[in-house]
Amino acid sequence: MRTTGNILFSGVGGQGILLASEITAYSLLAAGFDAKKSEVHGMAQRGGSVTAQLRYGDRVYSPLIEPGRADIQVAFEMMEAVRYLPYLHKDSKVIVNTQRILPPSVATGKTAYPEEVLDKLTGQGIEVVCVDAFELARKVGEVRTANMVMVGALSVFLPIDPAVYEQVIGARVPAKFREVNLLAFAEGRKASS
Amino acid sequence: MVKISDESMWLSGNEAIALGAFEAGVRVASGYPGTPSTEILENLCRYDGVYTEWAPNEKVGLEVAIGASFAGVRALATMKHVGLNVAADPLFTASYTGGRGGLVVVTADDPEMHSSQNEQDNRNYAFAAKVPMLEPSDPAEAKEFLKLAFALSEELDTPVLFRITTRVSHVKGVVKKGKMEASSAAAGIEKVPGKFVMLPALARKRRVAVEQRMLKCRDMAEILPCNRVEKGSSNRGFITSGVSYLYVKEAFPDAAVLKLGMCWPLPEAKIRAFAASVEELYIVEELDPFLELHIKAMGIACHGKDLIPNQGELNTAIIRSAIDPSQTPDLFPAVDLPPRPPNMCPGCPHRGIFFNLAKMKVFISGDIGCYTLGFLPPLSALDSTVCMGASVPIAHGMAKALGEGAHDKIVAVIGDSTFMHSGITGLINTVYNNSASTLIILDNRITAMTGQQQNPASGCNIKGDPAFAIDIEALCRAVGVRHVFVVNPHKVPETRKVLEEAIALTEPSVVISRAPCVLLPEMKVRKTVTFYTQQDNCVGCMSCIRLGCPAISWTAFAEGEAEARGYKKSQKGISRIDEILCNACGQCASLCKFHAITQEGE
Repeated sequence: MRTTGNILFSGVGGQGILLASEITAYSLLAAGFDAKKSEVHGMAQRGGSVTAQLRYGDRVYSPLIEPGRADIQVAFEMMEAVRYLPYLHKDSKVIVNTQRILPPSVATGKTAYPEEVLDKLTGQGIEVVCVDAFELARKVGEVRTANMVMVGALSVFLPIDPAVYEQVIGARVPAKFREVNLLAFAEGRKASS
Repeated sequence: MVKISDESMWLSGNEAIALGAFEAGVRVASGYPGTPSTEILENLCRYDGVYTEWAPNEKVGLEVAIGASFAGVRALATMKHVGLNVAADPLFTASYTGGRGGLVVVTADDPEMHSSQNEQDNRNYAFAAKVPMLEPSDPAEAKEFLKLAFALSEELDTPVLFRITTRVSHVKGVVKKGKMEASSAAAGIEKVPGKFVMLPALARKRRVAVEQRMLKCRDMAEILPCNRVEKGSSNRGFITSGVSYLYVKEAFPDAAVLKLGMCWPLPEAKIRAFAASVEELYIVEELDPFLELHIKAMGIACHGKDLIPNQGELNTAIIRSAIDPSQTPDLFPAVDLPPRPPNMCPGCPHRGIFFNLAKMKVFISGDIGCYTLGFLPPLSALDSTVCMGASVPIAHGMAKALGEGAHDKIVAVIGDSTFMHSGITGLINTVYNNSASTLIILDNRITAMTGQQQNPASGCNIKGDPAFAIDIEALCRAVGVRHVFVVNPHKVPETRKVLEEAIALTEPSVVISRAPCVLLPEMKVRKTVTFYTQQDNCVGCMSCIRLGCPAISWTAFAEGEAEARGYKKSQKGISRIDEILCNACGQCASLCKFHAITQEGE
């Protein structure tokens, strides 16, 4: 029996986290895993800190990742890479989109955005993989594919054949955006390989 | 909804319930949006052969479903946990009438209050209303249990409560397609006054029937497959239900478990036999000690809330360390970071109203919706929030308590959908009993917080087809409000003048703040010309910053930077608009006195 894998997605409401976690979930299912995913809707989505929790294995019971047991975190914003530190363990990997989105207290000049925030992770010995998803998405010609870059970056660390992903993206993304999303996925893979 | 294979799909609990309702042959479904229940009807409305609607509130929604059941078809009502408080009145008597077609009421509870004002445990309603309750653990069970709920409803002639929680509603999992079923009743008019007319003499007879039904249901609970024993080590045995079952299976995979798919009424003989088969018995449930109290009342010794928290959501780690404190994990400490609370969107019309109210030295009686976020800094313009519709009577009650001098001190703020839900009766009271409190109706043309659902004032039905739209202004005049104002909240200074005029009146007044939600599809596709900062003109007054708009940020100057960049020495910094985030509402431009905020091409 395979142990259950735990992937934590974190970021800011509106960044496309739900779609990225969906594409990853479909790919795990297509690769023959059981999976469960938990997300929160409603008030939390209005520009606040959001997460999606994805678990996969032979049979998954709980939809929630236990603190200290997230194997991979995919963070869409730098500070949101650090906010969920208690969910990580010393062998966790954190894939970070090196983007800063200012929370209200920073935007209004009340506090400063923390300097060198990712040091809080590396200081604990956690492996951090930085990806400039926005720039890579711009490179492929569509800035809205930043979340697909992150899916690609994550895919390197999952037991799924890239061909499965390509099939899933082909099936889930509208035809006219398919090519650019596949390019974004490939850029993400390169960035974390 | 996503197909994995011909038989199975990847569905959220709410999508699974919609599929279950379709497979159960539901013909009529009604409800009011509320997290985490909303997506049930949003998905069910896409199936053929089932009539769905958004009702103005949960009481109406349940009454519609009761009517459909009386007419001999299967009917579903959906709501969030607090919605069942609103619908409790019909529920308690529908328990006496029963129906003809199956009647199921979904209550979506929100432990942890992810998007709610309380975390009440609605299993208590099953006990109080004397109706059966089913409680699935995941999306696959949610679909199967919903079909079982309809079968039980018809067999026992009772409404069935169906309790889900956030971690069932908004969890996705693999769900298998099933067979189509149909009601055992036939659609038509059948007059059964002994059952349907609950005047006292008849109700007393039905009261007896209710008791007999619940005895019969208790016997069924003993043999229903949804109440099952999973064999395991006899050292520790767990009785659990709902999502808590999943956490128990992960925390104690080898233990014996009695999983209760039906959490009311309880299978007493099965519980006794299970308790006798294990050395120590643990009851694991989220929120109230519901199972525990009833099991203890059977005279069975057990652990429960002496170990397991009665607040918030549970998870595997909480259960494991509550029962085995030696298993408490050593975790990395949390890092102190600036918080990132939810915020109103860039271009949200509510912001203009709260920006003004924050400066007006009034008590702001708030309500339930996106605008509850007006509480957060920098606006900090909300002084109370209790429940749907409460803003209006609370303002009236405060005005009455404080007397004449308070006519210009109290305002109520409510959204268009919440006003339809339960604000109108409050306004009738304000007029009838005459207080000078001012009601501000934030009419953004949609039920926004739950994700853009139509309502009786929005002009469309649940499927997005055209429907009659209530004229809110005419409605307010019809109930007797003589002073009704309509403002564009994006014009901040002009709105301030109207608010001041309305609040100063010594008679009831209403200000309708009318501007569409920026998340409406038609707002998203519009070609906007975003605002930007002419930084040469910015004097660093922070007027725009105080709006708290996510698209506007402050850059502080370093020592000597102001002079070096040609600003006054005393200037502390400049503001900047992120043109990608800007939704072109113009509130900031209406506040800027230095022509520093302008639209491109002007």
